[in-house]
Amino acid sequence: MEIETPYVLSDFDKTEAEQIEALMAAAKEPYPDPVAWLEEEIEHNVLLTTTEHLIDWGKRFSVWPNTFFPACCAFEVISAAASRFDFSRFGMEVLRPSPRQADLMLVAGTVTWKLAPALRRVYDQMAEPKWVIAMGACAISGGAFRGSYSVVPGINRIIPVDVYIPGCPPRPEGLIYGFMALHRKVAKDKLLKKG
Amino acid sequence: MTKPLSGAEIARQIGEQLSDAVTGSDETTVFVRSEDILNAARFLKENLDFDYLPSITAVDFLDHFDVIYHLRSIKNNYSVVLRTRCDNSGSPRVPSVVSLWQGADLQEREIYDLMGIYFEGHPNMKRIVLWEGYEGHPLRKDFIMDVPGGGKTT
Amino acid sequence: MGPQHPSTHGVFRMRVTFDGEVILDLEPIFGYLHRGIEKLAEHKTYLQNMPYTDRLDYLASMSNNMAYAMAVEKLAGIEVPERAEYIRVIMAELMRISSHLVGVGALFNDMGAFMTPFLYMYREREKLLDLFEMVCGQRLTYNYMRFGGVSHDIPEEFMPTLKRFIDEMPGFIDEYDQLLAENEIVLARSKGVGILPADKAINASVSGPVLRGSGVKWDLRKNNPYSIYDRFDFEIPTGSVGDVYDRYRVRVEEMRQSVRIVRQAMEQLPEGEVRTRVPTPLKPAPGEAYVCIEAPKGELGFYLVSDGSAKPYRFKIRAPSLINLTMLRDMVVGWKLADAIVTLGSIDICMGEVDR
Repeated sequence: MEIETPYVLSDFDKTEAEQIEALMAAAKEPYPDPVAWLEEEIEHNVLLTTTEHLIDWGKRFSVWPNTFFPACCAFEVISAAASRFDFSRFGMEVLRPSPRQADLMLVAGTVTWKLAPALRRVYDQMAEPKWVIAMGACAISGGAFRGSYSVVPGINRIIPVDVYIPGCPPRPEGLIYGFMALHRKVAKDKLLKKG
Repeated sequence: MTKPLSGAEIARQIGEQLSDAVTGSDETTVFVRSEDILNAARFLKENLDFDYLPSITAVDFLDHFDVIYHLRSIKNNYSVVLRTRCDNSGSPRVPSVVSLWQGADLQEREIYDLMGIYFEGHPNMKRIVLWEGYEGHPLRKDFIMDVPGGGKTT
Repeated sequence: MGPQHPSTHGVFRMRVTFDGEVILDLEPIFGYLHRGIEKLAEHKTYLQNMPYTDRLDYLASMSNNMAYAMAVEKLAGIEVPERAEYIRVIMAELMRISSHLVGVGALFNDMGAFMTPFLYMYREREKLLDLFEMVCGQRLTYNYMRFGGVSHDIPEEFMPTLKRFIDEMPGFIDEYDQLLAENEIVLARSKGVGILPADKAINASVSGPVLRGSGVKWDLRKNNPYSIYDRFDFEIPTGSVGDVYDRYRVRVEEMRQSVRIVRQAMEQLPEGEVRTRVPTPLKPAPGEAYVCIEAPKGELGFYLVSDGSAKPYRFKIRAPSLINLTMLRDMVVGWKLADAIVTLGSIDICMGEVDR
């Protein structure tokens, strides 16, 4: 059945392809991880006042994650959100599908070059302050599929990453440990604490 | 139990209807010329009730491609394999069986995307898993890929 | 719609043309998770490819492992001991229950019962994941099957825990049915929606619960028995019309039948070896093998070509979810967007398989 449209579908395909090729060409080096806050802390020896403590407490315990779920790790996030492990205890109450309402982007699974422009777009749509967690071996470095012609060797080629959670897939407890590490980072705490 | 039919017997039956189409057979497989694949498949569907197409595959044998059709009859519970050969230089063309089995639709597009075999008569022959404008066909043996740890390989 | 959208079951994108709210055309677009497994597998040995098979349909990893192990065993002519066959069947059927729990839970999520049925079903799934962790240490991607059997024997605490689970499970399925099967909203949103007639289903090479929902009594476990399925007594549930409701009922009934099979397998489980010794690296004789099994999503097949070396020459996966998607457009044209979402949920796809 012929349908009248004001556009041609193959144009969409071409624009998508151009975006992918441009991103591939630009992503030769990984983004540096944002650790500048750590040096600043050591340099200036900042003493936090009561108000700042309060603001940090508010900030870190209501980080709302945005779901970006390509592959298998997604199911460990869902397990962590379900009743047994329940990460809403940690303030991640609402899993927001819309990036405009989220603070944290949780990338769980393999990212391919075809998906990369969508990943970049979602990251750009989030408002500051925003953080990114790379969950699972595939998001950190391409994982078991590194070397494939279509897999991005680590999402830090496309967006800067704050916390890396290793595992294939990481257990829900691992994910929660990653969240706690993020909380410490958000609260400007020293991440190099022992234990 | 699904009975795999004898390749020689099916080859004989196809040969009676379509002379020259069959180029050989073995225990379970019938080898057909690539131009005649649509007619042979139609014969099998209409006369022997092969109403189900579980899978279409293509293999790169360095000097030619083989396209392999696994056929099954749900009504009578038997199966056969149809196989055709095509040239692997440039852009080889094989008639599409989408008009007989709609299940061939996405599988033929995938073979086109990854192997480069063009299926004539397919209503929507474009890439499916890789993006438009991608150069090359990855599953071909001459496609070079970086492996981890450095070095390149096919 | 998509690729990042809560109702798309993974990174699946649909280009939909509307007239008001009625769908005129739908084009499914995927490839967002194409990892090149078929190409990568040609550079690794047969055993190194086992973890890749886990990541195809990641909700039913044991089934994928089993299909691949069977394909290599056919290629290389390896026998599997009895005890290993029984363990494989138990794992495969538990996997079927687990996958259908997620499938049905996600379907209800799409229908609007936001998270409640999903979380209830997840409660059972956590028990299953504990069982799997007892056996092989992993919750999601198991890598448990080996060529010639399974990687190691089941521990002592497995059988009592499994018995407790199997005794409780029918009660839970009844509980879900009580809450959901006759619910007005469920009936309104799923009866008559997404109809797939039987002849079109066969023509489109659809398999699994989608095919059986359309009334075609075809299940590889009965029609082409593999492993030891011919020793068990079970039914094949079928639908009548081929709508979303039928597919949901087929999945629930299959869960009941899986419980039945596991119970019989537990009773018949013999003692013995769990693995035949095979040389490593395995070098099968040159040849080809196509093996298909009834995975939870449909007919999962592996086509392997060997050239005598330790690495497969061609590693092809016949993915059920990809082929079941062929009919999405035909089922949905003329309906509204909400119906399209529910229909997609009822086909129960897993993007790891569709894209490989």
